[in-house]
Amino acid sequence: MATLKDVQIKIGAVKKTKQITKAMNMVAASRLKGAQRDMDGFKPYADKFAEVLGSLAEKSEQKSLLLAPKEEVKKINIILFTSDRGLCGGFNMNLINKAEKLIEKSGTDKEILFTAFGKKGKSWCKGCNQKTDYEYIGIVGSKFDFSVAANAGQKLIDNFIGSKYDEVYIVYPEFINVAKQRPVIKQVLPIPLLEKKEEIKDENKPFLAEHICEPSVNELLDVMLPKSIFVQIHSALLETSACEHAARMTAMNNATIACNDMIQTLTLAYNKARQAAITAELMDIVGGAEALKG
Amino acid sequence: MTENIRLEIVTPAKNVVSEDAQIVMAPGVLGEFGVLVGHTPFLTALKTGIITYKDVDDKERFVFVNGGFAEALPDKVTILSESAERRSDIDLSRAEKAQERALKRLEEDKKGDIDFIRAKTALRRAINRISLAQTR
Repeated sequence: MATLKDVQIKIGAVKKTKQITKAMNMVAASRLKGAQRDMDGFKPYADKFAEVLGSLAEKSEQKSLLLAPKEEVKKINIILFTSDRGLCGGFNMNLINKAEKLIEKSGTDKEILFTAFGKKGKSWCKGCNQKTDYEYIGIVGSKFDFSVAANAGQKLIDNFIGSKYDEVYIVYPEFINVAKQRPVIKQVLPIPLLEKKEEIKDENKPFLAEHICEPSVNELLDVMLPKSIFVQIHSALLETSACEHAARMTAMNNATIACNDMIQTLTLAYNKARQAAITAELMDIVGGAEALKG
Repeated sequence: MTENIRLEIVTPAKNVVSEDAQIVMAPGVLGEFGVLVGHTPFLTALKTGIITYKDVDDKERFVFVNGGFAEALPDKVTILSESAERRSDIDLSRAEKAQERALKRLEEDKKGDIDFIRAKTALRRAINRISLAQTR
């Protein structure tokens, strides 16, 4: 049986751990607030952009290089968004599982290349011998501006046009609310056209069709399509950051609760041990007194 | 003038401008254009340059935009740009440094490859920012 001293030390240790997890919880909460603010700030831009792009796509019959599917799909690029740091529960594992599923689905005859946003995804790729083309570390979870997404997106487009990639997917967590994130897969390249047509049906803005365009619709579309990819990457980055902090907050909250449980059990054990010692001592004294009487 | 037109300048980071204006002037790729209330629906790409508008108090205001798009509707102008700053928010020393950097790069490398083009657009941005900031 553990001695009184041992139990006491253990209680102290668990209390300290609790302090740390609690602090991390609060840090994550404040970072989450910042990340959510960034996300809200980007929303008007993304929404307006989608609206304009949708109305343009409707009018244009042009087959842009970025829209046309490749005849034979051999090389697939998966952009995997993960966090740089751990201690955020199953957050990264969920994303990696999603990516694994995507690999399985695409079959064995294809070459898979990764673009890793975040250290965890990168080290996973390394661990199971997946090739990574580009790695971006130190971005997710911190402050970043649009140029990060623009640079990364430009590389993707160049590689897609240069036939280094035939298809590009992104795997990132969708931010539903603080307690809920869902990993999703989206096709980035070739840009899926069908989706856009659905969007247009939702928006009842007939006057959009009468726009005068300068330069022509097709030329405008040529400029906007690459940008739409940057927008997608940027919003995925923002969501990943927000989700990382949310996941860490939840994980740390759970850890704090677990610490409380442990402290409770240990305190109970400590009290029992103390009581047992007192009882034993009393027995000794009583025994001694009885012996003296006799 | 009785009616005003709504001007929104949106960047990925935030809404830079969201207010009523009497007239908006913007640098389209095919030339500068002005928008008054009741403009016919119009969509254009923008050059890197300066948007000028007159606010409800008859004051002229200036906003730097780094390319992007403008959509004019009868009652609203929306400008989407990767970056935009009001004249008062321009960081002059940063723009001057960027100009120096771009000039140096252009000096070193005259091949006309991607880096060259990039340096040239950076220079154009810096010059626009500086010239706008100097008028304040």
